[in-house]
Amino acid sequence: MSADNSQTKGLLGRKIGMTQIYTEDGAAVPVTVLEIGPCRVVQRKTEASDGYEAVQIGLVESRPPRRVTEARRGHFKKAGVDPMRHLAEVRVDATDESQPGDEIEVSIFEVGSRVDVIGTGKGKGFQGVMRRHGFGGGRATHGSMFHRAPGSVGQSASPSRVFPGMRFPGRMGGKRVTTKKLVVVKVDAENRLLYLRGAVPGARSGLVMVRSSV
Amino acid sequence: MHDLQQVEQEYVRDGLPDFRAGDTVKVHVRVREGAKERIQIFQGVVIARRGSGTRETFTVRKVSGGIGVERIFPLHSPVIGQIEVVRRGKVRRAKLYYLRKLRGRAARIEERRDR
Repeated sequence: MSADNSQTKGLLGRKIGMTQIYTEDGAAVPVTVLEIGPCRVVQRKTEASDGYEAVQIGLVESRPPRRVTEARRGHFKKAGVDPMRHLAEVRVDATDESQPGDEIEVSIFEVGSRVDVIGTGKGKGFQGVMRRHGFGGGRATHGSMFHRAPGSVGQSASPSRVFPGMRFPGRMGGKRVTTKKLVVVKVDAENRLLYLRGAVPGARSGLVMVRSSV
Repeated sequence: MHDLQQVEQEYVRDGLPDFRAGDTVKVHVRVREGAKERIQIFQGVVIARRGSGTRETFTVRKVSGGIGVERIFPLHSPVIGQIEVVRRGKVRRAKLYYLRKLRGRAARIEERRDR
């Protein structure tokens, strides 16, 4: 059960997908459905031991990890929990009393509250400068000869080089993305489902972390 | 892991009649006017059904005063009160967009007789 002595407001889960549900007056609400937790506390980090206050949580899955390093095995053993694939940290107040082994469930979130979702965005592959960085591009017609190219990347003999950080084409996406302040539409504790209004980073079945917005 | 279909199951309405493209239907639409609510009926030919689960919609076309009117209804929306199938049509495709170009006798749909 959700430990009452914990104010840990972060959980790991997986994205199931998007759909729409209707309110009573017929408005369609776009929702993302997430399968959340259950998560277990693996470690409680404190100011005294680690220099900051946090709770390390792990995602309990039906399929245990196949291989666990000795170091991790010891880490889990110390917490008295079974090994897990995914761990994450949530910052908490010093007053938080969660203990290793505590289980946290979706029910910590309330309908109407706001949460942030962190996930790995979908990879977009090698993209040009217009899509990747929002460059304007050039004119398509009238003999412009400058369509989607990046344009000038710097000056001439001085400085004779391209400045670091110049925006170029390249790999886009596949990076950590945070979507902030999504409204919780529904909490289904029985099926461990969380319904959020709007889109969430990543592909279906992608790992996400949900935490209450500051 | 849960499946989106299972999740949607809860919101899918039951008791909806079985109808498809080519059928003529009466759709009872709940209209809100201030505090009052009344039912409006939209009758026409179903020219398309698309989507699945809670996101399924259907398009109804009618000709009103010589002007074609199409409305797209979300099948599972609570705004839809009731759907009556008036007539079953015999058509050979799932999307009847070709009806938009036809008028009068050419736009007729033969009645389907189920064997």
